[in-house]
Amino acid sequence: MNVLIIDYGLCNLGSVKRAFEECGATAFISDDPKEAEKATHLVLPGVGAFGDAMKNLRAAGWDATIRKNVLEQNVPILGICLGMQLLAEKSLERGDHQGLGLIRGEVIKIYNDDPSAKFRVPHIGWNEIHKKKDHPLLTKLEPNTDFYFVHSYFFKTTDYEDILATTLYGSEFPSIIGKNKIMGVQFHPEKSSRAGFQIIQNFLSIN
Amino acid sequence: MLKARVIPTILWKDFGIVKGVGFNSWRRVGTLLPAIKVYNTRQVDELIIVDITATEQNREPDYEVIDEIADECFVPLTVGGGVKSVDHIKKLLRAGADKVAINSGCYSDPDIISRGADLFGTQCMVVSIDVFKHPDGRYECYSSSGKMATGKHPVEWAMAMEAKGAGELLITSITNDGAMNGYDIELIKNVTHGVSIPVIASGGAKDYEDMYRAITVAGASAVAAASIFHFTEQTPLEAKNFLRQKGILVRKN
Repeated sequence: MNVLIIDYGLCNLGSVKRAFEECGATAFISDDPKEAEKATHLVLPGVGAFGDAMKNLRAAGWDATIRKNVLEQNVPILGICLGMQLLAEKSLERGDHQGLGLIRGEVIKIYNDDPSAKFRVPHIGWNEIHKKKDHPLLTKLEPNTDFYFVHSYFFKTTDYEDILATTLYGSEFPSIIGKNKIMGVQFHPEKSSRAGFQIIQNFLSIN
Repeated sequence: MLKARVIPTILWKDFGIVKGVGFNSWRRVGTLLPAIKVYNTRQVDELIIVDITATEQNREPDYEVIDEIADECFVPLTVGGGVKSVDHIKKLLRAGADKVAINSGCYSDPDIISRGADLFGTQCMVVSIDVFKHPDGRYECYSSSGKMATGKHPVEWAMAMEAKGAGELLITSITNDGAMNGYDIELIKNVTHGVSIPVIASGGAKDYEDMYRAITVAGASAVAAASIFHFTEQTPLEAKNFLRQKGILVRKN
């Protein structure tokens, strides 16, 4: 098992790497798409703005490499937080940006179904996920497990069968998506303690 | 639904944890790394670590120490102390901080928040506001670990920082800090009413009931405490059990 954590210059990757190592994986951080050949699993992390992230991914040639590895060679990929959103076709975060387009849908700002209630954005803290579909990524998770979220936007998928779990904050939004071996989580498994480790182990068991 | 968070605050200088009373007379209460490990195994919701002498000594945050801590920390980590530029923010995030708390740096350069938010997202920009209550009841923000009056009113300052792009506020009562006599509920309530970003109540936590009041009466999204976790038998886990029994949603696993 050789996990490549994609470095496109925006965020801290050390804690993602440490969490994968804690789960028994060999993980390495790289900003060079050529290294993807060596990887059995890809991780697309992310904190920051969607537009800058896509710009950096394209500049380094990661967009083509990710598509090739994932679509042609069927390498499992896990997008974390912004990394999950980057799997979308486009994002409306500060403009209109094209994404990797691996899963159908767009990224929009979180909103409140009940406009009369006080609503705080970003969505920061522990919140539970509600399973919508069986998938190996959800193995051994207790119902309604809490994970750590920090975000102001979410991935509004248009293909409902790609939604593995949802979370309620203001409205019900997809917190785990999966299409074949393309997976994304809106929360931070590397910051979600034991529950996060379980998600990482489940991802590692998908070959 | 989103859970209320219970957050231990760790203040440190020179690798030793310190906890003061009213922002003075710091005393050592252990070393940093073992404390992180203990809180980590106890499944705390989040950790806040503040280097209290960085600004005073006019030095940058200690990135190496943060790197070491982050390696052991599998819950979210907020780091503060001595943050004066976007470059400092970037280095802290690279070292493993999930959020950066900025206090004194906001008074000298309020735009540090908007620049940081543009580059790294509002979600990692925490503005820390230390508030002193004057004997006549007037509230005022203080910088430099409570040493310098700024003339700013906490609610106005909180709203200004939200407008700049702060993702969260850490509101600490200097007057109540370390006294374990209770949060300044009125102060926290005024701030939560004024802004639409999450507010962490800090300074003076007395007991679990006090945390309950900070969440329900004052509207805090999270409660931070240092003294009661260091100096009494009270623990974050027990705090959450208490809150759960009172009907507050807290993290289960």
